[in-house]
Amino acid sequence: MAAVLRATSVNRVLAGEVPVTLVRDATLEVAPGEFLAITGPSGSGKSSLLYLLGLLDRPTSGTVALEGVDTSNFDEDQLADARLRRLGFVFQAHFLLPEFTAVENVMLPMRRLGKLSDGEIQARAERLLESLGLSAQRDKLPSQMSGGQCQRVAVARALANEPAIILADEPTGNLDTASSATVQGILHDVARNRGRTVIVVTHDQEFARSADRKIVVVDGRIQAG
Amino acid sequence: MSPLAPSIALRHLLTRKRQSIVSLLGIVLGVGFFLSISSLMQGSEDDFIARLIDNSPHITITDQYRTPHRQPAEDAFSGGAVQVLRVKPETETRGIRAYKRVLSFLGTIPGLTASPTLDGQALVSFAGQDRAIALDGVIPAEIDRVTTIGKYMVAGKVPDLDANPDGIIIGDQLAKDLSLSMGENLTIAATTGQTRNFKIVGLFHTGRANIDDGQAFVALKRVQALLNRANRVNSIIIKLADPNAARDVAARIEARIGYKSISWQEASEDILSLLVIRKILMYTVVSAVLVVAAFGIYNVISTIVMEKQRDIAILKSMGFHARDVLRIFLTQGLLLGLTGCAAGLPFGIAMMIGITRISFRMPGSRDLTYMPVSWNWFQFALAASFAMVSALLAAVIPARKAAQVDPVDILRGGG
Repeated sequence: MAAVLRATSVNRVLAGEVPVTLVRDATLEVAPGEFLAITGPSGSGKSSLLYLLGLLDRPTSGTVALEGVDTSNFDEDQLADARLRRLGFVFQAHFLLPEFTAVENVMLPMRRLGKLSDGEIQARAERLLESLGLSAQRDKLPSQMSGGQCQRVAVARALANEPAIILADEPTGNLDTASSATVQGILHDVARNRGRTVIVVTHDQEFARSADRKIVVVDGRIQAG
Repeated sequence: MSPLAPSIALRHLLTRKRQSIVSLLGIVLGVGFFLSISSLMQGSEDDFIARLIDNSPHITITDQYRTPHRQPAEDAFSGGAVQVLRVKPETETRGIRAYKRVLSFLGTIPGLTASPTLDGQALVSFAGQDRAIALDGVIPAEIDRVTTIGKYMVAGKVPDLDANPDGIIIGDQLAKDLSLSMGENLTIAATTGQTRNFKIVGLFHTGRANIDDGQAFVALKRVQALLNRANRVNSIIIKLADPNAARDVAARIEARIGYKSISWQEASEDILSLLVIRKILMYTVVSAVLVVAAFGIYNVISTIVMEKQRDIAILKSMGFHARDVLRIFLTQGLLLGLTGCAAGLPFGIAMMIGITRISFRMPGSRDLTYMPVSWNWFQFALAASFAMVSALLAAVIPARKAAQVDPVDILRGGG
């Protein structure tokens, strides 16, 4: 099956008086529906690799192809459009907009995309929250919810535009064991039952082991496939 | 559902109510003061010009030439170097020649009313006092149509000069100074040495001291006789239906008859240019109020941008373009500007109404004066647009900064 995401000889160097290499010669293919875990020591460059794969950052050299399309020549707006339509992000902090309720946060990407009607957007956001067990929280502000609930809302927001790939950067890093287990379960469900590709950066070895495939990044280099 | 950028912008402002209200107050006060002060200044300017137009002739034709006549020798040898020295003008009775022909020409210009006058210096003698006055010989039936003297009459009326050919109308201050009253006689001595008795048939009060104590109106024929200038007038006073056309009409008249014709604009050029300078100064000062208010807006929006770095980063990672982010923060400036105008304009109107109620007595005037305020739409449009422009400009810098946020920088730091 064709790779949904392909990185070829990707390097990322931060310019400066002493250039810092974040990612070295990374070549990687991710299959549709695959659950991929990226692990490694702190500062090894796994988050940097995730940002490159998620088209948030541009490689210094090498290419990242999303669904077979090379993104090297994309301008900022094209990259943003690709993220909007095909990618969903979950970070260690939930990054929900504090002024918006749970359901409004989930609606944001759909409103930006503007493909659905207002009623459809509302209904879909409510369905997503319901599927993640958050119906009771729909009208709550992030400040009125627990960390685990907020992170689940963040997952719902990442799923809003039916992306091909969910990229999660330490999604359970700030959560207690119970909430962590819930979020892990949801991400597995997203890959298994909703057919999305999930790429997770994690320190949690058990979580990493539960993935279809695990890669280890050390000093910016992929050590094991 | 409201559009995305305004709804995010509004939520940001609403969660910072106190800060937003303070910056909003700046705009409200700025718009209010801009509107009320500029309306007051414009009102006083309009009032001043209206009085100027009302109280002075729109055009005055004098018995002088703008440029002296060329000597025949200069025309005869137009290519040569001709110098004519010690020219002695012919002694003649001064005045506008064939003024009746000039009047009939003026009669062909639509919207024009003209009346000839003969002005001269004279001396009033009464009870041992002598006072120099300006004596105006007028045609009583016409002068009311070209000057506002009739409006200022406090006793008698201008046509009484027709009823009594030896009648005189003087200022109330002159009458007071000389202890004269209506119906009394006084003696006028002209520079020609002639004297004549006149009976006071009217008193006027203009509020301008030099006129109220130094001017008198008499029938034209009497002044012509006093000054030995039979059938002469030395000025023709013109009123126009459209005072703003005075400059063009004066030029046309002068081109046709040769005599110097001065429009009210030309006569008041110094004052009019002073008004322009006053206007520039005024707008500079009132704009400064709004510029200060704009700093308030800049302050609140840049604080929001600083606090919202993570939100901006997540919006961009979600697929928002830089211009979407720019739009959110520009909308905040727009919202503050619009709300500021919506509250500032009524506040300004309230101040304007308050200003129009202030009355005071000018020094030397017996009449109450009210502050003039211009209700011209232009003042409103100017105040509103200046507020909007400064609010938007204040938002541009932080909005651009927000649009340039690199999500990776923020996520790496806060992830």
